[in-house]
Amino acid sequence: MVAALAELGGLDEATIQALQGGVGLPAIPAAPAAPMAPPLPPEPAPVAAAAAVEPEKMVEPAPDAEWLPAGVQTEIAVEKWSGKVKEIALGAAAAEGGSRGAVVKIGGQTAMPFMFMDGELPNAPVIAVEIADRRPDGWSELLYQAWGDVLDDPAAWAKAAAAAGANVLYMRLSLTDAEGQPNTPAKAVAAVRAVLQATGLPLIVVGPGQAEADNDLLVPISEAFKGERLALGICEDKNYRTIVATAMANGHLVIARTAMDVNLAKQLNILISDMGLPLDRILMDPTTGALGYGFEYGYSVMERLRQAALQGDAMTQLPMIVNPGEEAWKTKEAKVGEGVPAAWGDWSERSITWETLTSTMLIESGADIVVLRHPETVKRTRVAIDDLMNQ
Amino acid sequence: MALSGIQIYKLLPQTNCKDCGYPTCLAFAMKLAAKQAELALCPHVSEESASKLSAAAQPPVRPMALRSNGFEVKAGAETVLFRHEKTFVNRPGLFVRVRDSDSADAIQAKVRAADAYTVDYVGMDLTLDGIAVQADGGDFAAAVQAVRAVSQRPLLLFAGAEALKAGLSLLAAGEIPLLGVADAENWQEMAALAKQAGAPLAVAGASVDALVDLAQKVKEAGVADIVLAPAQRSLLGVLKANTIIRRMALKKNFRPLGYPILSFPGDWGDPAREAVLAGQAIAKYSGFIVLDHFAPEVAYPLLVLRENIYTDPQKPIQVTPGIYEINNPGPDDPVLVTTNFSITYFSVANEVEGSGNKAWMLVADAEGMSVLTAWAAGKFDAERIAKDVKRFGVADKVGRKRIVLPGHVAVLSGELEEELPDWEVRVGPREAVDLPKFMKQVLV
Repeated sequence: MVAALAELGGLDEATIQALQGGVGLPAIPAAPAAPMAPPLPPEPAPVAAAAAVEPEKMVEPAPDAEWLPAGVQTEIAVEKWSGKVKEIALGAAAAEGGSRGAVVKIGGQTAMPFMFMDGELPNAPVIAVEIADRRPDGWSELLYQAWGDVLDDPAAWAKAAAAAGANVLYMRLSLTDAEGQPNTPAKAVAAVRAVLQATGLPLIVVGPGQAEADNDLLVPISEAFKGERLALGICEDKNYRTIVATAMANGHLVIARTAMDVNLAKQLNILISDMGLPLDRILMDPTTGALGYGFEYGYSVMERLRQAALQGDAMTQLPMIVNPGEEAWKTKEAKVGEGVPAAWGDWSERSITWETLTSTMLIESGADIVVLRHPETVKRTRVAIDDLMNQ
Repeated sequence: MALSGIQIYKLLPQTNCKDCGYPTCLAFAMKLAAKQAELALCPHVSEESASKLSAAAQPPVRPMALRSNGFEVKAGAETVLFRHEKTFVNRPGLFVRVRDSDSADAIQAKVRAADAYTVDYVGMDLTLDGIAVQADGGDFAAAVQAVRAVSQRPLLLFAGAEALKAGLSLLAAGEIPLLGVADAENWQEMAALAKQAGAPLAVAGASVDALVDLAQKVKEAGVADIVLAPAQRSLLGVLKANTIIRRMALKKNFRPLGYPILSFPGDWGDPAREAVLAGQAIAKYSGFIVLDHFAPEVAYPLLVLRENIYTDPQKPIQVTPGIYEINNPGPDDPVLVTTNFSITYFSVANEVEGSGNKAWMLVADAEGMSVLTAWAAGKFDAERIAKDVKRFGVADKVGRKRIVLPGHVAVLSGELEEELPDWEVRVGPREAVDLPKFMKQVLV
């Protein structure tokens, strides 16, 4: 019903609210408003984050003098590139048939990251915060502590992520509910709707990562929210056709992920664009590893992809999205707080530094969207982005 | 920037006299370009040409080293801007800064912790490199003495010329610290001191022109080893300055900027920002990095980042072959085989560790290649696996002899049964991510 309605002209805020409030048409089959919450763990002890740092004079330094002042005498070597990364808009406002309060633009570069002396860098890198349709299993205890109860309510989590500084939400659909029952399209659509209503931020929706479940869940979402210009994922060489087809029909973008290899990335972009999806609706995810766990491959592949794009290779001229949050929080360094070497230091600060260094260094190697997990990492990455864009 | 054979040929006498031992000047030029001959073999080359050729033969970023008591921190000698082109050469030195305005006790507490810090990363012991002593209105020499009482690592000494002299007098013969930071006001006395001490000198400049000017003056004053300290503190400022310096050195062979770079991420005062600035300095061309805060939880990720960035892009980090314990396995737990490519190792180890399953992990010597690549290259076969089973005494660890092959090399199972007759050979999943399920459901 909602899907049919959406196809007639998109879902605007009013329609959604009407549906939600029970006015007019009954919406999708009733799903619980929020997944059943498991009993909450006892109040966690506060994390001794910066306790190790001795108080010191914190003097904000004066702004730097311009390194390349007007009338510079030294003949500076400038890199002029012929290519340009495609500029892509994520999310659609009401005028464009969506309901987003903010449309986020990425890409459009004609120079390597932050090399303003070489070319144009019109759009700042974007922070996406990862949320899910229910409390995730197997996350680090530090993440459960940082987000608290909102993990049991996708809409509340979306609001908290926006408040933490997200430009975009990255929503992961679960394979099963908290009781182990398979996720259903109805539940997934309801969760996405709740998240879309909670904030005006553009939304990325990714499936559980199993081809069949991904397709079963993403197609109804794509249809239900036609015109919202979501990014749907994840397209991989083994499973991309269904997602691309539904994104194409409903005005969404796709995420194309390949395993840290320039040629594989190009190949998948070619396959997807051969289906008829314009290149300016593909975000490429070249995959990264966390610091210490293959980080350098992701870092160099991104530098190479961006260089290829600037040299004029059309199939690499796409903005890049990577997932430092997921990768960093998979590591033992971030997950485990006890029984680790003393040289690893404070658990919380180590984990946040792990995620922050992974994200900021990937931004410097060409990431247009970084997907993060911890609110403090979001804050620190935001400070870094503001600094890097502050010409 | 290296000259081509033709460019070198134009600088030679072009007489084909054969005195160098090669049939023609062009043949000799080609040998020179390939660095297979020395210019000294030509007795007729003009002085002008010789100086041009030797200038061109110099590395574009001047190599240098700080030394003390058996420690050495090298910098310079870099040849590329992007690590995928060629390996970055000298890992930037990480130095923890103390100020002479602090008490000797405070200085020593900080230095002792930084000096002793060591952390294991894939079998390597990573450490910080030294200590920076900053004049800040206190007794500089006393501060240097306090540092030397607890650390023998190389030093960066930042003070005026008089204080530096006093500090230098406390160092052992043969030590080479970095001195600094010279500016437009004090460069003459600083250069004289650096020259006398035979130590590298850091020079600061608020703009590229100011830095170029000062580097040239200091060089003319007789200082050979110069370190560049662009006076930039923001992420963008440092990124821009460092990139321009390295780019000018490599692409334009511009000598005044052909030196290592010194960075002060701690100047922000905020430890969280300092970590990101230090990370950027590691990834983007700094040679010496001065940290104001020392904390293990920040030092560890920075040291790992440094290893990652400075790894040979053609030759991935390898894990030392051997038998690894996951979740304290016992004699009944299985032996999982994989290769010593670090990413392969981490994928398998992380999945099994995260799942809580116990296992012995046999990391076979596959010359650092992943499972399929190593198998295709003949570096991961039944014979090699069996050899490593014996070499690492795996049979002594387990009572129940079960060995699990990666699914991608299921084809090896028959041969491995022949090589290891008293073992039960099982074929595991192709992907590490499926291991926990396999262990729970199949390996019971």
